[in-house]
Amino acid sequence: MIKLQEIAELLTETEVFDGLDPADLEFIAGCGTNVAFRAGESIAREGAPAEHFYVIRAGKVALEVAVPQAEALEIETLGPGEVLGWSWLFPPYRWAFDVRAVEQTRAVSLDGTCLRGKCADDTRLGFELMQRFARVMTARLQATRLQLLDVYGRDRAS
Amino acid sequence: MTVQADPGLTAPTPSLAPRRYRVTEVYEELADTTTLAVRPVDEALDDPQPGQFHMMWAPGVGEVPISVSGRSETGDLLHTVRTVGVVTGALGSTEPGAMLGLRGPYGSDWAVESAAGHDVIVVAGGLGLAPLRPAIRSFLADRDRFGSIAVLVGARSPDDLLFGPELDQWAARNDVDVRLTVDVASPGWQGDVGVVPRLVARAPVDFSEAVALVCGPEIMMRFTADALVDRGVDTTRVRVSLERNMHCAIGHCGHCQFGPVFVCTDGPVLEYAAVGRGMKVREL
Repeated sequence: MIKLQEIAELLTETEVFDGLDPADLEFIAGCGTNVAFRAGESIAREGAPAEHFYVIRAGKVALEVAVPQAEALEIETLGPGEVLGWSWLFPPYRWAFDVRAVEQTRAVSLDGTCLRGKCADDTRLGFELMQRFARVMTARLQATRLQLLDVYGRDRAS
Repeated sequence: MTVQADPGLTAPTPSLAPRRYRVTEVYEELADTTTLAVRPVDEALDDPQPGQFHMMWAPGVGEVPISVSGRSETGDLLHTVRTVGVVTGALGSTEPGAMLGLRGPYGSDWAVESAAGHDVIVVAGGLGLAPLRPAIRSFLADRDRFGSIAVLVGARSPDDLLFGPELDQWAARNDVDVRLTVDVASPGWQGDVGVVPRLVARAPVDFSEAVALVCGPEIMMRFTADALVDRGVDTTRVRVSLERNMHCAIGHCGHCQFGPVFVCTDGPVLEYAAVGRGMKVREL
């Protein structure tokens, strides 16, 4: 069983929790458990309650959109140090995409419902986390915009 | 009356006259991209350094700058050409045995030697892998002289990844970290999905000491260079390869002027410290 301190240390190496106050980090680590997914295993389903989010330690996961009677469309992959899931933060608290482990993946699973309650009670921590997740979301949005530009298209010089 | 020759209209110096090169092999890389192997018919041009380019002349059609993408096993020069216009279309449809004109090599290079002792991160987008390939080959040929090496490659889709077999060879080595990403995945794709700047954070290098080489569409280079700088790479150690409309390749015509820089002579490889601000000026 991975210890609380070890989870806190793992979280410091991630994009979303890097530099967070140690006391806050320890509290968040208390909501965490170590999890592993086999290659191909489903981690989340679109529309399902988003009670947890994940910080990836090793491996790779893919965000996908299911297509009826066809292969799922892969939107984005996430790797070590990256955070998976922010639907736990916002109503209706449901996953927006399917998530699948592309390869053997280890992660820290964090109880979003518990953390949300704490954020409501402790608005300072709530604001801090909201800012940090907003930063991650902004970076992902910028990357998605770049992806939409099709910069490798024929009409643009390479 | 004696007519004095206008010094500006004298015959071109030998270095400006294309030399004859025969196409020995044509490799179909992608649907719109081919690699031409060429061999000198007469005296060979000087050896190009990784990152330098030649002006390649399709007789009767025109001349364009094409980066050197390596050498074949038989030592022939390789140039990878994407069909985007009339001249590149003519070059791309060339058959083995055809004659082309080459002059050069021109421009600055990746300064591979200056990366000795450093970690190296190479980021290629689309056809940008072509001018980077000679540098990557140089790093791997002299592997012990460099620290950790990461090669990050982005493309529109798996079918648009250049030099697939060579990428596989590099990925099979245990002394280089190769990561591939595509904007749009297809069934069975096992690499990453997303833009190549997002891979920067995952590269197992010491960013504070690393040297970065970046080549691809200018938007991709800008975002990648900023991602590298955000991780701690000094702007003087981020090198980008710019592309502008080049005609003369010797700094005379001014077509490729980029602020105070002539891309053909000062570039194409330039430090981000020198051109990063300019890359965000719309008029340039």
